[in-house]
Amino acid sequence: MTATTATSPDDLARALDATGYLTDAGLASAAFLALRMGRPLFCEGEPGTGKTALAQALAEALGLPLVRLQCHEGIDAAQALYDWDFPRQLLHLRSVEAAASASHTELDVDAVESSLYDRRFLLARPVLQALQDSPCVLLVDEVDRADDEFEAFLLEVLAENSVTIPEIGVIRAETPPLVVLTSNRTREVHDALKRRCLYLWLEHPDLARETAILRRRLPDLPAELAEQVAQAVHGLRGLDLLKPPGVAESLDWAQALQLVGARRLDLASATATLGAVLKYREDADRARDKLDALLAS
Amino acid sequence: MTAPAPPDGIDGPAPLPSPDGDAVLDDFVAFTRLVRGAGVPVTTDRVAAYLQALRLSDLTSEVATYWAGRLTLCADPDDVVRYDHAFAAWFSADPRDQRMGRPAPPKPRISTMAALTEPPPGAGSGDDEQETPELRVAASGEEILRDRDIAELSIGEREHLKALLALLRPAPPRRRARRRRPARRGEPDPRRTLRAALANGGEIGDLLRRARRHRPRRVVLLVDVSGSMSPYADTLLRFAHVVTRRTPTAVETFTLGTRLTRVTRELRQRDPERALGDAGRAIPDWSGGTRLGEALRAFLDRWGQRGVARRAVVVVFSDGWERGGAELLGEQAARLARLAHAVVWVNPHAGKSGYAPVQGGIAAALPHVDRLLAGHSLTTLAELLEVLRDA
Repeated sequence: MTATTATSPDDLARALDATGYLTDAGLASAAFLALRMGRPLFCEGEPGTGKTALAQALAEALGLPLVRLQCHEGIDAAQALYDWDFPRQLLHLRSVEAAASASHTELDVDAVESSLYDRRFLLARPVLQALQDSPCVLLVDEVDRADDEFEAFLLEVLAENSVTIPEIGVIRAETPPLVVLTSNRTREVHDALKRRCLYLWLEHPDLARETAILRRRLPDLPAELAEQVAQAVHGLRGLDLLKPPGVAESLDWAQALQLVGARRLDLASATATLGAVLKYREDADRARDKLDALLAS
Repeated sequence: MTAPAPPDGIDGPAPLPSPDGDAVLDDFVAFTRLVRGAGVPVTTDRVAAYLQALRLSDLTSEVATYWAGRLTLCADPDDVVRYDHAFAAWFSADPRDQRMGRPAPPKPRISTMAALTEPPPGAGSGDDEQETPELRVAASGEEILRDRDIAELSIGEREHLKALLALLRPAPPRRRARRRRPARRGEPDPRRTLRAALANGGEIGDLLRRARRHRPRRVVLLVDVSGSMSPYADTLLRFAHVVTRRTPTAVETFTLGTRLTRVTRELRQRDPERALGDAGRAIPDWSGGTRLGEALRAFLDRWGQRGVARRAVVVVFSDGWERGGAELLGEQAARLARLAHAVVWVNPHAGKSGYAPVQGGIAAALPHVDRLLAGHSLTTLAELLEVLRDA
């Protein structure tokens, strides 16, 4: 399907489903409203609940290119928006000079200068690229890692859907891109940015959906094993761990079990592959004690 | 200049629903008022977004109306809990039935700060006569007040202390940032050098330089508000407000008691009385018991490990009285020490003569603490600021 044919949340849910991303009512409504209201979608939630995967699935379902901006501390406009290709500009200048002195002609300073700030010397970074290539899906990943100043800048671009480059002019997206922002809540993102967005708090999927996700993503996985893994992961999430496993970890675990040739989840296979699902020594210790009871249930 | 026509696909904002005579929409607007009353900061533009979302949703479907509001009116997981509550009350349908494992929303408890600043039972009542001369002494020399134990101050002296607290000028700790800025000394800056060369017709002149910037390091204040700390809690929160006002985005404040409460948002308000009043209303467990280990674990699970405590200077204000097992507190303190840049434990009793850190809680936590400080008087709080600055 394309962006034009999404007429209801259910429609979009089916399209996402076809890409292998299983949604629930909230996710589908969020994506649908973001698309139709032209607002960015701000996704927060535990790691491994499928925030980034949602953007990827949306791009695939709508048949749009995905442009990704990974945020980090100290990211600035030059890394997010555009930069001039200084070495090439310098080379260009030198070659114009050389050509002029070879042919003994006068240099037209204005012409040379304007040729320096040509679009071919412009390096489009993700945000500018998204505005140029729109319609597309722009994923601004882990926006909480960026600084406050960057948020303000992002706000400006998202509100206007345009970028002003002093030497060239305004570059405006003819169609606003579908923007998905994700945050792990390491820091509270400013209210002004959130106000522009639809807010989606993602939780771990319930048992039935998690089983369905496992089976969809790993078609070779036996149904019984999928159910057992989902059940065990749910049990682990209730264990009060430092890092409760997300969907990504259940997928890893199921895959690991498949690789070691386990047909069902028993104590031996679970212990052997526990490293795929629990990443802290304390968690592994705690889970090992309770594994028996978990698997029995 | 005309705006580009919205294309078929991702179209621009849909027009707002027409307000005339639409009783259903009036109803929804009234609902947003209830949501605001439940504690979600709903602004007019959010209401507009809500109405726009409703227009695109199937109004006969409870699920669709629920999500239209949740997506547009909430901005925080805590908001979601409050919204669920309001939704259940208004539409007499509980969306939480469909999603398992949601904790019950916290009950907002109205408590006023006036009650909190009163001296603890047994400490103040009846000896007004005796305290009045002291007040006169304090007014004549604030040096004395600076060193007095906060728990022993009269109400008048506390008022004076508030003014003195507001005069503190905290200097935030700093850390090296990733970003660089132009500087006289430091590493060469190829970008600026080339730019200068470009302006100079391609001739490289001076080698320009850049150096790393410094930014405020995050400070996390964890304030114990249990019964044994109640004489100090109000002053400590005031202190937290002073620190927060200096670098609002770099300070996070939580209260520990029987549960964990984040009061950062409340303390970011400029007016101290308002900030403290709101914080007081947000804290449901004033002067309750202490489950320090559990509260600390809740902090680390929900906030600390994700990044709030990482590379931060963490200050724990607590006397270390632990109702739960000391073992858990020790474990969590070790976790905190591994995440944080520095952990400072401020114990109001540490400044008293004859104090030894033998209470189960603090004895377990002490091996993982970088500094143990007293925090019972203004002078010791000022000392804490110096420790913070140099951390």
